[in-house]
Amino acid sequence: MVQIHNTTEPALQGLAGGPIKESRLAQLWKDIKKSKHYYFMMSPYMIIFFLFTVIPVVVSFGLSFFYFNMLETPRFIGWENYSRLLLGDDVFMIALKNTFLFAVITGPLSYIACFLFAWLINELSPFVRSLMTLVFYAPSISGNVFFIWLIVFSGDSYGYLNGFLMKIGVLLEPVIWLQNEKYILPIIIIVQLWLSLGTSFLAFIAGLQTVDQTLFEAGAMDGIRNRWQELWFITLPSMRPQLMFGAVMQITASFAVAEVSIALAGFPSVNYAGHTVVTHLMDYGTLRFEMGYASAIATILFAIMLGTNMMTQKLLRKVGE
Amino acid sequence: MTLYSRVIGAFRPQKRLNRSFAVSFMLFGLLLGFGAFMVLPLIYTVNNAFKPLDELFIFPPRFLVRNPTLENFTDLMVIMGNSWVPFTRYIANTLLITLVGTAGHILLASAAAYPLAKFKFPGSSILFKIVVLSLMFSPHVTAIPNYLVMSQLGWINTQAAIIVPSLAFSLGLFLMKQFMEQIPDALIEAAKIDGANEYRVFWQIVMPNVKPAWLTLMILQFPALWGTDGGSFIYSENLKTLHYALSQVIQGGIARAGVGAAVALLLMTVPILLFIISQSSVIQTMATSGMKE
Repeated sequence: MVQIHNTTEPALQGLAGGPIKESRLAQLWKDIKKSKHYYFMMSPYMIIFFLFTVIPVVVSFGLSFFYFNMLETPRFIGWENYSRLLLGDDVFMIALKNTFLFAVITGPLSYIACFLFAWLINELSPFVRSLMTLVFYAPSISGNVFFIWLIVFSGDSYGYLNGFLMKIGVLLEPVIWLQNEKYILPIIIIVQLWLSLGTSFLAFIAGLQTVDQTLFEAGAMDGIRNRWQELWFITLPSMRPQLMFGAVMQITASFAVAEVSIALAGFPSVNYAGHTVVTHLMDYGTLRFEMGYASAIATILFAIMLGTNMMTQKLLRKVGE
Repeated sequence: MTLYSRVIGAFRPQKRLNRSFAVSFMLFGLLLGFGAFMVLPLIYTVNNAFKPLDELFIFPPRFLVRNPTLENFTDLMVIMGNSWVPFTRYIANTLLITLVGTAGHILLASAAAYPLAKFKFPGSSILFKIVVLSLMFSPHVTAIPNYLVMSQLGWINTQAAIIVPSLAFSLGLFLMKQFMEQIPDALIEAAKIDGANEYRVFWQIVMPNVKPAWLTLMILQFPALWGTDGGSFIYSENLKTLHYALSQVIQGGIARAGVGAAVALLLMTVPILLFIISQSSVIQTMATSGMKE
């Protein structure tokens, strides 16, 4: 009855009041039933995705309000983990400082490098272009091979850097690079940058190839005078979707530095010089089994990442304006 | 100038503003310089793998190999062959994880991406939004609850603990969905009019049309799994992976430096070859990788 009323006299819908809600629910149910094949096709992926990504994030948030050590039942302690983390944990402050340093240096640098190299590579002839793409992308897929850098920065004279600097006479004795607080952070940043031309770099190369070439001719007529203006007013706005995507990828990666730090500087590193939020999280989560505390760290990390992403996306909307 | 135009000019469309030669020279110098920074450590690894022991310990260290030898590779087989678990076992474990994880991911992500890309139905946009949001968190955020879920399922110390979560990697679904949106609706409708059901349309029309996207998912997923060390999930020696074996060899000390380099070469060659083969398709997919505003 309700449905007939709706389809025959749509103009009266607004006046009918109650029945509309019911009919919307009925409509929804009809849509769901009609789409059952779609739900079925999505279900394997979605079940795993929810089980191992969405639910863990929610659980992690919940756990951050508990004291939980895997043995006893969790005990609710409210904001205590957070207050301990933010007020009483000096090592966390070091980790936070290092993480922000990484993010502020490697994030923008790798993002700009991804774009700059993609932009330069795009002007090369096809063969050279694919060769250079490989050169820049290879480190990020052979990523676990970053212990090559252990040989480069090895603390004895067999270390590549030591050997080189001693040969040209800059050093007389080998420097123990990875045990010296002064050098740990810069070295991790260099290696992290070496690894960082990944997915977003490819997205930028591809985005540049899809820019409509006729726009450049039109731009030249409209008074664009040099290549830099061309870049700002035509190229960048045309590939805004790829720029957004790249920003998300680079930000997430630059806040999650951990593996490189552990592989190069050890865990924990000398005086926590290479300690990051993620290594702090690993420390409490996998060594000390203070799961609630570790979850609070994870929640703060997630909040930072989300906030930075939103800010960056707002900034990127202004490109080319 | 002919070389210059062969390298750079060939692709540049005719009616473009010129950049001064000096600026071009500077920019491409930059490209070459950083290119060297990127590729030298990899070339060094390749060379190290073929260096005999005496060359590995020359002072000052030499970049290129003089008398290449396969000693390191034969030593690797001997050292690992003598250990409790044969070396081939680590390779087999890694291959199992990598192949099942990659193939399963492509299949599951495609099946989930197709409805999201082509149809509107209750919940579709919110599901996609959650997937996009999840691109923003690093796996470390979920590590602890993941461990709890695994232990509840009894999957600790099984390969399923590595394979199953990797099947629903959110970047894969995202890229696949963006790529599938390019398939013309008319093609799908035509197939439906001809009597194909949803599953046949997916399998016989959509899937063959998104081959470049499969390769992209493969190139993203394969190296990640190929380089996995089992994390905190796998404890049994005979389930451990190649990457884990490598870190053991490296901890074996300086006498095994050559052997370590041999394993490193083994680890990096496979993903790089894969990328060389699939490069153009991967870039084609990335062209559609936009975040919708």
